[in-house]
Parts: sequence; C-alpha cells; structure tokens
Amino acid sequence: MTTQTSRAWLLSAPALVLFAVLLLVPLLMTFMLSFNSFDFYGGIGTDLSLANYAEVLGDSYFYEIFGRTFLIALITTAICAAIGVPQAYILYRMSPFWRSITVLIVIGPLLISVVVRTLGWAILLGNKGVINTALMDIGLIERPIRMMYTSGGIVLALVHVMVPFMVLAVWAALQRQDPATEAAAESLGARPRTIFFRIILPQAIPGVLSGSLIVFSLSASAFATPAILGGRRVKVVSTTVYDEFLNTLNWPLGAAIAMLLLVAVLIVMLSWNSLVERRYGEVFE
Amino acid sequence: MAFLELHGLTKRFGAFTAVEELSFAVERGSFVSLLGPSGCGKTTTLQMVAGFEAPTEGKIVLDGKNLAGIPARERGLGIVFQTYALFAHMTVEENVGFGLEMRKVSKAERKRRIAAALDLVHLSHLGDRYPRAMSGGQRQRVALARALVIEPQLLLLDEPLSNLDAKLREEMQLELRRIQREAGVTTLMVTHDQSEALALSDSIVVMDQGRLRQDATPFDIYETPQSSFVSRFLGKSNNLSARLDSTGSEGSALVCGSLRLHGPLVDLRPGPVEIALRPERIALVDPEAGQLRGTVAERVFMGNQWLLRIETELGDMLVMRYNTGRAEAEEGEVVGLDWKPEDIRILPVEETSA
Ligand SMILES: Nc1ncnc2c1ncn2[C@@H]1O[C@H](COP(=O)(O)OP(=O)(O)O)[C@@H](O)[C@H]1O
Ligand SMILES: [Mg+2]
Repeated sequence: MTTQTSRAWLLSAPALVLFAVLLLVPLLMTFMLSFNSFDFYGGIGTDLSLANYAEVLGDSYFYEIFGRTFLIALITTAICAAIGVPQAYILYRMSPFWRSITVLIVIGPLLISVVVRTLGWAILLGNKGVINTALMDIGLIERPIRMMYTSGGIVLALVHVMVPFMVLAVWAALQRQDPATEAAAESLGARPRTIFFRIILPQAIPGVLSGSLIVFSLSASAFATPAILGGRRVKVVSTTVYDEFLNTLNWPLGAAIAMLLLVAVLIVMLSWNSLVERRYGEVFE
Repeated sequence: MAFLELHGLTKRFGAFTAVEELSFAVERGSFVSLLGPSGCGKTTTLQMVAGFEAPTEGKIVLDGKNLAGIPARERGLGIVFQTYALFAHMTVEENVGFGLEMRKVSKAERKRRIAAALDLVHLSHLGDRYPRAMSGGQRQRVALARALVIEPQLLLLDEPLSNLDAKLREEMQLELRRIQREAGVTTLMVTHDQSEALALSDSIVVMDQGRLRQDATPFDIYETPQSSFVSRFLGKSNNLSARLDSTGSEGSALVCGSLRLHGPLVDLRPGPVEIALRPERIALVDPEAGQLRGTVAERVFMGNQWLLRIETELGDMLVMRYNTGRAEAEEGEVVGLDWKPEDIRILPVEETSA
C-alpha cells in the first residue's frame, strides 16, 4: 500500500469505526434476532428458523400495513415533487439576498424536532383541534372532519417534513445547469414558457429523481410522524415493529418485519437508481 | 451605410461604466473581432447587440433598422456562447433543430436543414449523440451549427475558442474561418486573444476599459498601432520613452536616453513621446555597427525562432530572430542592435490610466 492510500484509510478510520459500531453491529444483531423463535410464556428461544418471516409473509394483515406504508410514501413523494419543483425554481430565480433568506425559511423546519412539529400538526388536525373548531365556529361544517388517525393526516405532516429535501435536491440540479442555456434558447426564438418547459424543467429532472429517492425512503421508514398522527389505528411498518418490540415483546417477529422493510426500501431504491442511470447516465454528468 | 452600426453605445451598471461611447460598423459578410483585455466590456457589448442587455445610451442599427426595444428572441441572431450552452438533455440533432422548431419549420424541412448544418461543421455522423459524450471541439461545432441553422442575419461569438486546448484552438481557428466564409454570414466575435483576432478577422476593434482604442484591419492594427496600449496588446513590442525633436518630410528626429534616433514622419508635436519597436524588426549586428549595444541576457529557442532578451542602456530589449539554421548570438555575448528608421513607431504618451 502506498503512503497516500494508507493515510486515506487512517483518516477515514474514525468514521468507519463509528459506522460499524453504530450501524452495522445493531443491524447484524437485528438480522440474527429475526431467526430466533418466540414463545409468549418462555420469551425468546434459541432455536433458529424462518418461522418469523413465514408468519409475516403469510398474513394479509401485514400486507395491508406494507401496502399502506408504501402508498403513503409514494403519495408524499408525488406531493413533495409538485410543491418542491416550483419552490426550487422560484428560489433559483431570486436575487442572492432574498435567496439566502428564503433558503433559511425552507430549511427552517429541519431545525425543529420532528416530534415537536408533528405534535403541532396534532393540535391543528384533532377533532377538537384548531382547524375543526374554526370550521365549526364559522358554520361551514356541523361535525368535525376526521383528520387525526388517518393516512391523509400522516401524508400531510410527512410532506411538511420532507419538502425541504426535495427543494434542495431540485435547486442543486437547477444550479448545475448553465445559465447561458436559457439565453441560448431565447436567442433561438423561444418564449419564457417554452424555455421553462423545454429547457429548465428537463434539466431539473435528475434533481427531482434524486429528491424523490430521499423523500420516498425517509417517508417509508418514518416513525415519529405516523406514530403520533396515526396512533394504533393507522399502522405503518415502523410503528408495527415498535409495537412488536415494546408491547407484544415479540422481538424476533419485530426484527423480521424490520428486515423486510429494509429489504423492500433497498429494492425500490436500487431499481429506481438503475432506472435513472439507464435513462440519464448518458445525458447528465 | 454599413450592415451593423453601433452609435455611441454606453452601458452603465450603477455608477460603473462598462461600455462608454462605443461606435463602430460591421460590413455585410465580414468578420469583425472585438478585442480587449478581460473585463473591458466586450461581453457587455455583445449582450447589447444580442438583446440581453439594454444600452444605457446610444443605439444599434442592423440592416437599417434600430434594434431598440426588439426582444432577443425576435432579433434572429445566431449566438455562440463561451460555455457553448448546449441543451444537455437533447441530442445533437435536437439541439440544432431547436431554433427551427421555434420558427415552426416543417419536420421534413427541419430534417434537411439540420443535416446541412451538421454537414457544414463536419458532424453528420454524430447527430444522435448527447453533448456530454462529445469532446470540447465537437461541442463547439454543435453550438456553431445550432446558431447557423436559423440562417441568422448576424453571428455573434463570445470567446468561442477559449475553452479549447492550444492545438485544437489553432485547428478551430481555420475551421471557424472556413465555416464563416461558406455560410457567408456577417460575424462579430469577442475575444481577448490577439492572435485569434489577427488570424480570423477582416477588421479588428480594440477596446480598453469600455472605450474604443482602434478600429482597423489586422495588418494596420499590427503595423501602425495608434497608441501604446494597442502596440503592446497586439504582439510583442519594445516600448521606450523618448523625446520628439522635430518631424518633417525627411522623417523625425528623436532623442532616447543618450541616443539620437531617426523615425518616420508623424503627426505629433515635438515633446515627450513613446517609441515602439517590434522584436522581429531588430537585426543583430557587430557591436560597433548597430544603433544600440547590449549583452544577450537570455536566449529562448522556440523551434522556428529565437527569442532574445538583451540588456542595453535603454533597458531590456526583446529581439526575435528566425531560425535559419544557425544561432546568431550566445548568451553573454555583446551584440549590436540595428533597425530601419521606418520600423520605429512614434506614439503619443499615454495619459496615465489605472
Ligand atoms: N450585470 C452586471 N452588473 C454589474 N457589473 C457588470 C455586469 N456585467 C458586467 N459587469 C462589469 O462590466 C465589466 C465588463 O464586463 P464584460 O463585458 O463581461 O467584460 P469582458 O467580456 O470584456 O471580459 C466588468 O468589470 C464587469 O464586472
Ligand atoms: Mg467576456
């Protein structure tokens, strides 16, 4: 090994050790745990089998939870893209002064704990919450609209949490493009609308795609938001895992569900990524 | 009346004047270069012609029509940007066809004209590539084809060759000239590279700090610079302070240090002047024979020529000698420098500028 590479390894070592201890070891232990047997009276057994996986994959109850989780993640991603792209474009067109202020506003939500923000949503969305009370007071509705403990409520709060990631990803893509391309299109006779749809938007697509990847995987594995806004009634995979661990105390089953979530998200991410690579690898750096 | 005319064009950004009272003309079908150091206002001038910046004062007249108030997309000019500004998500053909599409040219006609434009820049075989998969020189040609395919009245080039490496740049100079001639399009090019401007242009407009310094053919600009700035900006030059004693039909009498020199007739009043002498006009002679004596301090061999730095009582003189198969002087050797009186250029002393 040359001194160059050995120094590189040495410098990376602290991060690698941290990564191994804090991520790989617990992951590996969860993985091994998922094969243990479980008995309500005897607790975690020592014999290993695929029984936990068989239980999850054989039960429509779990399919429903996985389906709901991915649907919530998908809708959240779509809404984030719909909001994030125009927002990023506005940001891109702003003067440097206003842009730096607006970037702060956009990233602002990330500085506040997810739990605090979600509790805020709970106050707004509850049956006796701010929105329902206001609507009833002005007489628009007679009975409260149910928003707490619904998938819609979870999507709403997740969008609020995730939009900054989409905005930043799209904005980065917009900034990578050569500003002269807009002038070039204009000199060739294109109107502002045409320039936006034919020149700017297509060049922002890689940003939308990478933003979607982040938003989707974070939404599919989000815990705090669905835990607070979905409660026991609208379960997603991560809250189900939590319940198995802390209520049923069936750790091995919880571990198996967690592993299945990990694998499912990984598969979605990798196939999405290869799709993007195949479509845009030739086009964008 | 010339094809393109700039009249007293001025552009101010706040208190800063980027272009000041710029006037020049471009004849139909000719190739004119706007030459000047970085930051002198070339791009700003081009942007005003293109319609991306509005002049603060003055007007631009193209083919008898004042361009004021006409938006860039309606001017119908072909522009090649310094960064090429190719559309990364479109193939070469789509890039070239974009302007035709905007003009609602039929699909069949579009195809024909795209093919003709790619043929002109020798890229017919790469029509379905994406820009990313092309070299700098090829991207440059795509940008040219995209600008030319709309059959622009005027082609604007902003430092078109500055992103290419040296060898490719020389090749593309010839290519650019061929393409411009074949297309027969009136061209205004912006560059800070004097050799590029000399090689390509019918006429050169030299700018400095937003102002026009000289507007002439490449030969005249090089041979008879009208200011110290122009003489030093184009090619190499030995510039010395001197005093003009008298000038008349038999030439000028000059005093330079302890030397008395002869120069050509000039339209200047006696007094302090600057004289400019090109390195290639200086001959090496016997130490006793020349007009000036010096010691060869440095000798650089450049293949076709030697560049010598010679220490003299007037300061360092740069001398260029063609390689005719033997070295004319060694480092450390004492030599005489000689030149013909008519090779001296007598220039007014430059008012000190920043
Ligand atoms: N939009 C602008 N606002 C303020 N100053 C500008 C602007 N555009 C150009 N300038 C200034 O005008 C001068 C000339 O710029 P430019 O025309 O780009 O020079 P060149 O192309 O000759 O290198 C520079 O000093 C530059 O900083
Ligand atoms: Mg410039």
